[in-house]
Amino acid sequence: MKPFDLRQLSKAHEVRFAVDVETDEKLPWPQFTVADLNFFYGAHQALKGINLIVPNKRVMAFIGPSGCGKTTLLRTFNRMNETIPGTRVEGSIRLGDKDLFSFPATTLRRVVGMVFQKPSPFPKSIFDNVAYGLRLDPAIRRNEVADKVEQSLRRAALWDEVKDKLHQSANGISGGQQQRLCIARALAVEPEVLLLDEPCSALDPLSTAKIEDLLFEIKDLCTIVIVTHNMLQAARVADYVGFFLNGELIELNRAKQIFQNPEMQQTQDYITGRFG
Amino acid sequence: MSASYPPFSRKITNIVMLTLTGLCTLLVLSVLLTILGYLLWKGASSLNVDFFTKIPAPVGQSGGGVKNAIVGTLKLLALASAIGVPIGLLGGIYLSEFAGGWSAFTIRYTTDLLNGVPSVVMGIFVYTLVVLPMHHFSTLAGGIALGIMMIPIALRSTEDFLRAVPRSLREGGLALGASKSETIFTIVIPAAIYGIITGILLDIARVAGETAPLLFTAFGNLFDSPGWMQPTASLPVVIYNYAISPYDAWHRQAWAAGFVLLSGLLVVSIISRLILARGKKLSHG
Repeated sequence: MKPFDLRQLSKAHEVRFAVDVETDEKLPWPQFTVADLNFFYGAHQALKGINLIVPNKRVMAFIGPSGCGKTTLLRTFNRMNETIPGTRVEGSIRLGDKDLFSFPATTLRRVVGMVFQKPSPFPKSIFDNVAYGLRLDPAIRRNEVADKVEQSLRRAALWDEVKDKLHQSANGISGGQQQRLCIARALAVEPEVLLLDEPCSALDPLSTAKIEDLLFEIKDLCTIVIVTHNMLQAARVADYVGFFLNGELIELNRAKQIFQNPEMQQTQDYITGRFG
Repeated sequence: MSASYPPFSRKITNIVMLTLTGLCTLLVLSVLLTILGYLLWKGASSLNVDFFTKIPAPVGQSGGGVKNAIVGTLKLLALASAIGVPIGLLGGIYLSEFAGGWSAFTIRYTTDLLNGVPSVVMGIFVYTLVVLPMHHFSTLAGGIALGIMMIPIALRSTEDFLRAVPRSLREGGLALGASKSETIFTIVIPAAIYGIITGILLDIARVAGETAPLLFTAFGNLFDSPGWMQPTASLPVVIYNYAISPYDAWHRQAWAAGFVLLSGLLVVSIISRLILARGKKLSHG
């Protein structure tokens, strides 16, 4: 893998990447490198000239008011938006050193996993939910599946709660457990990246805390990008925070910097609750 | 909140509407119960073991049954399902998951038109298509006529139940790297399967009572009809033929046949409701 030249990239795209050039320069290629990204739903432009870098094995949070484009960007990372007719992407996204659009979508989505806002377990047993992604891959042998299911459920801090009812319907467990099941399901195929689209917005504070805890546990395993409306959550879990407004990336910085001393007035207004 | 809330006029409206809706429900229920009771009352004397095990007795002799018609109806429905269910099911899957814009509109529109074709026209259509070239009536022709009649409902009910599967489940599958068809066949269809089965059972029940298309295709038969290539008796046609006959004993048998047919449909309908309820229970914990 070629070393990643941040300076050159910054110059090429005239962007303010929110990574310390001094410390992160020697990193390998970052997880995502987004350059001049525009996104359209029909005639409506949802993302305008986005430039950003998502570093490896860190947690990055996207915040901003509803409709600001943060979820759209997240869904561009695993090309989920392609399933919506009438959408269009301009610009480039690299996954590591490869073009994101050079992968078949089904291959890409095994590298870039996703958890949605509403817990959406399949109407199958708990075990079959986690095994679903594993069984899609003929290279994974049958006798490996059970072990990987257990491992994933442990990583999602759910194993102890469900180990006695693995073969019961996944719809029978609580909403918080269902969301952790969805995380386990996504982790089972060992993705490089986990995208989370407001994963806690439908959950009570206790379930939310459990999910935040498990994010800490798994961030050594994969890069995490999380969209959230909850600023405290962004402050708690994220290393980097991006603030979006009207389809533009207003500011991208270390979490501490964003919440304590934002550079932009709009960021300041948003995090202090003056609008949005 | 004042003591006079809600106002008196609203209480009156409430009572009147409750009474009206209750009366309408009672009316619908009483029609069904009256029909069932009347069929039983008129046909009970013919309902015995012979009715289910013997073929019709010659005119003038008492006794006899409609075994051949019961078997005929079951064979016709089996053949109709073999034709109508796969086409309706796959068509419904295509319509819900793959068709877009113009093709979806065209399929939906033509299917609804097909559903509106009078059943007697369907009979004449299959008469021209199958009976005339073969030079005789047959179970095959009857099954084809009923099968075509099954397609629209099977297709549209499959489509409806697939569409009701939440988008989040489809995205969940895609997000794990499943292709669109893998998602459809391993997540979407299993999630809707109880509804789809219910729709198909009700569809079978609906064509089970069709008479007009069978008059031109399966025709009728006073004896057993082995195989698929001969005319066959069926319950609806037996009811029709016996009802217009001048013999009292046949009238009673027509009533009894009506009761058997309706009871069968009732059982199918109850089974399908149970299946749907079980499906709901499974998918909601």
